Amino acid sequence: MTDAGTAAAGGPAERTATPAAVPPGPRTPADTAPADPAPGPGAPDDPSPRWRRLDRRSLLVTAQLLLGAAFGAGVPVGAGLAAHLDFRAAVAWVLAGSALLLGGGLAVDALRLRHTRYRVGAERVELRTGVLFTNRRSLPRDRIRTVDLTAHPLLRLLGLVKVRIGTGDQAAAGESALQLAPVRRAEGESLRRELLRRATAAAPADDDPRLAALSPGWIRYAPLSFLTPLLALTGWGAVMQVSQWFGAEETVVDWVRDTFSPLPALWTVLALGAIALVTGFAGSLGLWTEMWWSHRLEREPDGTLRVRRGLLTTRSISLEEARLRGVAVVEPLGVRLSGAARVEAVATGLSRKDSEDDDLNALLPAAPRAVADEVAARVLRTPVALTRPELAAHPRAALARRLRWSLGAALVPVAVLVALGAALSVRGLVYAGAVTAAVLLPAAALLARDAYRSLGHGLAGPYLVVRSGTLRRATVALRRDGVVGWTVRQSPFQRRAGLVTLRATTAAGAQAYAAYDVGEAQGLRFAAEAVPELLTPFLAGGGAAAERGPARGPTPVRDGGDER
Amino acid sequence: MQIVGVDREDRVPDPAGPRLRPPHHRVDRRAVAWWRTRLLLAAAVPVAVLGVLGALVGPARAWLLVAAAGVAAAGLVAGFGLPAWYYRVHRWEVTDDAVYVRTGFFWVDSRIAPMSRIQTVDTERGPLQRAFGLAAVTVTTASAKGALRIEALDHEEAAELAEQLALATQKTPGDAT
Repeated sequence: MTDAGTAAAGGPAERTATPAAVPPGPRTPADTAPADPAPGPGAPDDPSPRWRRLDRRSLLVTAQLLLGAAFGAGVPVGAGLAAHLDFRAAVAWVLAGSALLLGGGLAVDALRLRHTRYRVGAERVELRTGVLFTNRRSLPRDRIRTVDLTAHPLLRLLGLVKVRIGTGDQAAAGESALQLAPVRRAEGESLRRELLRRATAAAPADDDPRLAALSPGWIRYAPLSFLTPLLALTGWGAVMQVSQWFGAEETVVDWVRDTFSPLPALWTVLALGAIALVTGFAGSLGLWTEMWWSHRLEREPDGTLRVRRGLLTTRSISLEEARLRGVAVVEPLGVRLSGAARVEAVATGLSRKDSEDDDLNALLPAAPRAVADEVAARVLRTPVALTRPELAAHPRAALARRLRWSLGAALVPVAVLVALGAALSVRGLVYAGAVTAAVLLPAAALLARDAYRSLGHGLAGPYLVVRSGTLRRATVALRRDGVVGWTVRQSPFQRRAGLVTLRATTAAGAQAYAAYDVGEAQGLRFAAEAVPELLTPFLAGGGAAAERGPARGPTPVRDGGDER
Repeated sequence: MQIVGVDREDRVPDPAGPRLRPPHHRVDRRAVAWWRTRLLLAAAVPVAVLGVLGALVGPARAWLLVAAAGVAAAGLVAGFGLPAWYYRVHRWEVTDDAVYVRTGFFWVDSRIAPMSRIQTVDTERGPLQRAFGLAAVTVTTASAKGALRIEALDHEEAAELAEQLALATQKTPGDAT
């Protein structure tokens, strides 16, 4: 309905940026100056700081990686060539190719190292890169919000880290970050300390800076993830891929067939399923270990939350508390049934891409509820148990809607099976339909009931709390002063049932958090209480046929104070 | 465990409870003509294509012309029915503290943004909007979801409104997140 006015493209558009959108202080986020001469000690603002270079041992890392790549590609290629050529010729070709790859890669990396310099001034951090076109980028120091360190095993072996310095700017996430790869670990740590330390150290003293530390027992929640079946599939895929490299694809298939052919079909299916399950299990345990090993969540004196984790690749992720707008406690179904929950930060300036890449907002892996509750409460500095909050329930009409959806979805396969069976007069299909119905309908009803019971909203100190979801139940505590607007949506069905979907929009996390199918009056009262004065002028209270201001007309009336 | 449920009743909606009233102002009257033109143009393109094809392709002429007639009829009904509807339901209001916009007839969408959290105010005019002397105003906050859009205002009024909003938001320090 609302697309009526989607303006034709190409029309003149003007943007009146309000000063609120203009960042304070000088700003040159992506200052690309192609014709910049070699870095000299005479930059505009701070004269003194010296230009520093990346660590030369990057070459060793590159050499290692290239050798690995050459080996990985060379073996299958060599095997392929050996089939057509003389063995020695094949080896010679492969070696020549590898040498070329290695030499070329090292030359490129050497050039990159030679032409990359950075310096940390009193006002800004600058980075110059580029061989042919010099690219100069600088970040004002007062806008730096994150300094994250990561190190994969090769870097760790050499005591190096990759540093990513970001402003947490939502608009231009790609352009607002500097990457230093690699520098020495001590250098990275001192950069982190130096850049995140600021005068506004408003962090009240905490008795124990350590908010959470991993307990190895939590690994038991790892296989409950929805990733497990995916990993099993990936395992099979990897086997087939590798065998394809060696042209042994058919051998593998034949071997599987030969091994299982004496067994009845059911056993084969069960055996393959069991193998897949074990693969997925092992994969999820491995992944968990790599991601979360030696995980610690600490509150640093400089007003940041710091997560450190990783077995092979270590990560250090800093999150400025000023950017924190709340916390989400997430309980996927399997994890929830086993009494656990994980904790995520709801923070501004984590660009969507970043958070998908590396789970930058994860504060705690799946852990027992009591631990999740305690960590969430300490991060929020508010004594609230987010896995079992006392929330206001939503009207029963919300349950009816959920039952309709889930039963409707469950009836689709049943109807298809029965219709096919009737049309083709195959009795088996009709029976299959009946069995499907017997299994799916109760499950759908249970899920709908659970989804309804998950719905809830409430206030806890400076936070508003909303909860929803059944396969992935999420309880979000959002700072009330982090709410930048409300969206109230009502479908025809919701109108009949007296429900609305109320969304609090925010600059952080998912950008909006919803109380689904809340009672209309209940939801509006909640919103009005959560953020006082914002909604009040627009409410027409008490059942009296709401005063429908027909104030119409093209006169640009700006309703003044008489409204309130 | 100190979450305060604001409203614990979970029965039928209470009829005496607060409701969100519609915003005070309608969009510019010329918007009806503009929306109508857009819808008719949108329908005219496929009708023309089908008509030309019908004239050229002998064997399928009847079918193509029937399809063209169908699209034309739908276009006419939409063009003369919907805009009046849009006009009735699309409302806006600006107070000293907030901007409030409501759109949609079946799916009613009401959006409210406090003045202190507004980040940008855009005005926008397509060629067709210019012909009718209209402009759209889009107000965004720091959230990627929940931009407010007033589809059609008199273009001078739109410029004035954008100016006024920009001034009002200047008063608030900080980056409005």
